[in-house]
Amino acid sequence: MNDWLLPLTLASSLLAGLVIFFLPERSVGWRSALNLGAALLKLACVGGMLWGTHQGISYELRLPFLPGHELLLRADPLGLLFVTLSAVLWLLTTVYAIGYLENSPNRSRFFGFFSLCVTATVGIALSGNLLTFFLFYELLTLATYPLVVHRGTPHVLQAGARYLAYTLGGGVVLLAAIVWLQTLVGPVEFQAGGALAALDASATPEAWMLVAIFALFIAGLGVKAALAPLHGWLPQAMVAPAPVSALLHAVAVVKAGAFGIVRVVYEVFGIEFAHSLGVLLPLAVVASITIIFGSLRALTQDDLKRRLAYSTVSQVSYIALGVALFGPAGTIGGLVHLVHQGIMKITLFFCAGNYAQTLGVHRVSQMAGIGRRMPWTTAAFSIGALGMIGVPPVAGFVSKWYLGLGAIESGLGWVLAVLLFSSLLNAAYFLPILRLAWFEPPPPHWPHEAGHGSEHGATPGPDQESAHDPPAVPPRTGDAAPLLLLPTLCAAALALLAGLAAGVPLSPLDWVKFITATEYLLP
Amino acid sequence: MTEGLLLPLLVLWPLLVGLSVYALPERASAALQVLGTVVMVGLVAGVLASPEPLRAALGGWAAPLGIGLHADRLAQAMLVLTLLVYVAVLLYAQAYFAHGSELARRFWPLAWMLWAGLNAGYLSADLFNLYVALELVGLAAVGLTALTGQSTALAAALRYLLAALLASNLFLLAVVLLYAATGSLALDSIGAHLAAVGTAPWYAKLALALALVALALKTALAPLHFWLPAAHGNAVTPVSALLSALVLKVSLLILLRLWLEFAPALDLAALGLLLALLGMLASIWGGVLALTQRKIKMLIAYSSVSQVGYLFLPFAWLLPGGLGAALALEATLLHLLAHGLAKAAMFLAAGVLVLSAGRDDLVSLRGAVAREPLAFAALTLAGVSLIGLPPSLGFAAKWQMMQAALLADQWPWLLWLLGGTLLSAAYVFRVLRLAFLPTSEGFEARAPLPQRLSLCALALALLAALGGFGSAALSDWLAAETLLWPGSGA
Repeated sequence: MNDWLLPLTLASSLLAGLVIFFLPERSVGWRSALNLGAALLKLACVGGMLWGTHQGISYELRLPFLPGHELLLRADPLGLLFVTLSAVLWLLTTVYAIGYLENSPNRSRFFGFFSLCVTATVGIALSGNLLTFFLFYELLTLATYPLVVHRGTPHVLQAGARYLAYTLGGGVVLLAAIVWLQTLVGPVEFQAGGALAALDASATPEAWMLVAIFALFIAGLGVKAALAPLHGWLPQAMVAPAPVSALLHAVAVVKAGAFGIVRVVYEVFGIEFAHSLGVLLPLAVVASITIIFGSLRALTQDDLKRRLAYSTVSQVSYIALGVALFGPAGTIGGLVHLVHQGIMKITLFFCAGNYAQTLGVHRVSQMAGIGRRMPWTTAAFSIGALGMIGVPPVAGFVSKWYLGLGAIESGLGWVLAVLLFSSLLNAAYFLPILRLAWFEPPPPHWPHEAGHGSEHGATPGPDQESAHDPPAVPPRTGDAAPLLLLPTLCAAALALLAGLAAGVPLSPLDWVKFITATEYLLP
Repeated sequence: MTEGLLLPLLVLWPLLVGLSVYALPERASAALQVLGTVVMVGLVAGVLASPEPLRAALGGWAAPLGIGLHADRLAQAMLVLTLLVYVAVLLYAQAYFAHGSELARRFWPLAWMLWAGLNAGYLSADLFNLYVALELVGLAAVGLTALTGQSTALAAALRYLLAALLASNLFLLAVVLLYAATGSLALDSIGAHLAAVGTAPWYAKLALALALVALALKTALAPLHFWLPAAHGNAVTPVSALLSALVLKVSLLILLRLWLEFAPALDLAALGLLLALLGMLASIWGGVLALTQRKIKMLIAYSSVSQVGYLFLPFAWLLPGGLGAALALEATLLHLLAHGLAKAAMFLAAGVLVLSAGRDDLVSLRGAVAREPLAFAALTLAGVSLIGLPPSLGFAAKWQMMQAALLADQWPWLLWLLGGTLLSAAYVFRVLRLAFLPTSEGFEARAPLPQRLSLCALALALLAALGGFGSAALSDWLAAETLLWPGSGA
């Protein structure tokens, strides 16, 4: 049984995806059953592995791959953290996507690639060496492209081309880093404390090479992690349907990049070795610049999804910043934000999708009084937004607390200033939305209310969603359709719970503390 | 005894089948071809099963004079690739050509003759034999190009014929000069003879130069690629697949064999660099032109010009004592196999789309993509290998090439390999994005084509796209280091 858990975690979504490709468009029931079944099976597998790891069982699978290089899957603590996040959020997003795409065309194609995308994410989480990581990293690019260009208009295809140019370019740089490093030291397996740190002094390559390789790694991974100035694809990719945006921002693409940075810093180089090389400070500077830059750009966006996208640019760099702070507190802050940002951001994107699907609201300026019409969705949105700002007790507070501790611990006082300024900016672009939504009177007509089918003065912007998705059929009054609302509320509850119960055993924070101990205590 | 017959039969049997199918009525010819293919599978399996590389001397004459055949790992790998591609292409062609079509009647004999020529090219161990094999391949290929008899195809075939004849004559001249220099036609003794002479005579170098030009012309290394796009792009689809997957490769294999023989005796470092640079030029030039093509088959043909370029990169390090020489040779072979499988799959799949749409410009294929999802899947998977993304065989080849470049301490080549990845991606995605365009007006519903067509393409594409998983075993089996200069013991 235990031998099967690891491959089954991958296979559940891979096989489901392959079967879904061949399902006829009409068999909604089969497709939904397959989707949900696979998502539940994956969750059960991940649960099994968590339990097993707790019992001291280790999960590992080696297959022959390139000459001299193996395909290695392994469920280590860090991988389990990310795979748990993926499995939980995939289940929520699947439910959401089924509701969101009701009656729209090409659903078999969509859900097929959707499953492949999750397979790639899970593969990234469970990769035990660099080559395996790269395999899934590129698979993720290929699997997400069809999702991004799902609507197929010229504008969307143009954005898709840009997405590909960025991500494939990043992949190529990452490949250069991997080949260079492995030519010097042989196959590199991820290892707590750092694979390079564990080498003999005589086998360690020259420092300038390692610094160059590190720079290549960060540049290659930074594209997906949207580190400025490599973030250009992310706001463009907002042309994708809402569930895709949610997935892209919370667990898949952006997180894959951030997770890659975590792996490289902690388990390829080793945090102490990286510190001694002097590469952490530049990373911290780049991350800080991205944090401020993303927030500043978010301030001026009227399109809700674009504002959220720039917010992601900023928030994901908290992870990179935490990673770059030398000291356990910074590590804890960065890693825990990997989870917390995912939960909070998926909440926000679900909400944005609800607004667009139910009322045709795409812009911040259209959101006046929307809290009265859609109280549940807006409540979820408020939790996510407050969490992003860092208001206790939502999860984001815990992240920022540890990041601040880390800044002090590592003696980088200016990082504290960055954190404070960025929180201020977060508040500046989220609080006006909340004020508008809760305290302004609603307009007489919503732009494109589902069920009315009328155009009450809505000028379709380039990111207009409803043009191609015939909306699900929700009631004329009240909140979003149940299939949309349920995952939204679950995600919001998780965001609240992760903050409230941060001190409880097996909470994200607890797990992250355990990982951090392994990264620092081992030689 | 039986083992001694295997190698000659690999050449004679397809020749015999080719001649017979021309004479037989359609139904009998189909049956004979099934039998013929099964026999070929058996023959190749027999060669692979032999513990020692097989050798055969025809006519009872031994090495310096006789017609020698030799199945080393290089030849075995090519035999397998050719078998795989042929099985797919023959099955495909059965469904592709209409019943009793005149095209099919001309296609079968030429295709089988081509198979004989290819196998002769892989197996021949002496220079004159190689010349004959090249002639046979060239003539069959030109005939196949001209199959339809349409004016564009005829013009392309004529140009191809001129290139092929020029190449053959240059090669023949090289053979004569080499005979004069070494007194032997046996391939594996040239190196020893040249080494024994001490300083090689000037005409040995001239011979090498002539042979290189001849074979580069046949392999369509830019700037000698002028004949390729029209010939491959305008041929009927099964022919395009054979030409790009196999015909380009046999000349490269011979080039590789000559190179390995000459390398210990002459200083080839500068020449290797030149070939690699031309390869770089080819891959960029072909890729850029692929970006501008309007027709899908022309795009794929220019992609061949580009991909062939990578096959020449490893010559920069394929020198005795060079670090990374074994890796470079292995990378070339992997790339050769990967491109053979992927390109054949791509042409076969594109043929399905063109047939379904009734037109061959990219934009008109949108509706066909929706009607033939399996063909499109094949196109995608083959594209993954062509770009060189994991876990494809193309990725394994690129990986080994990059490692060879770094081992040889020549990292600038890495920039080309990595940049080339993006260039290939750019033209492959010109095709793949078709799937996402709306297919609304102007596409009448057509009946779907036989599934067999798409499945043949898909089978080859899957081999290419998942081949990376087998590359470790493949590399052990190839044992590239043993192919390097066995005579000199290096």
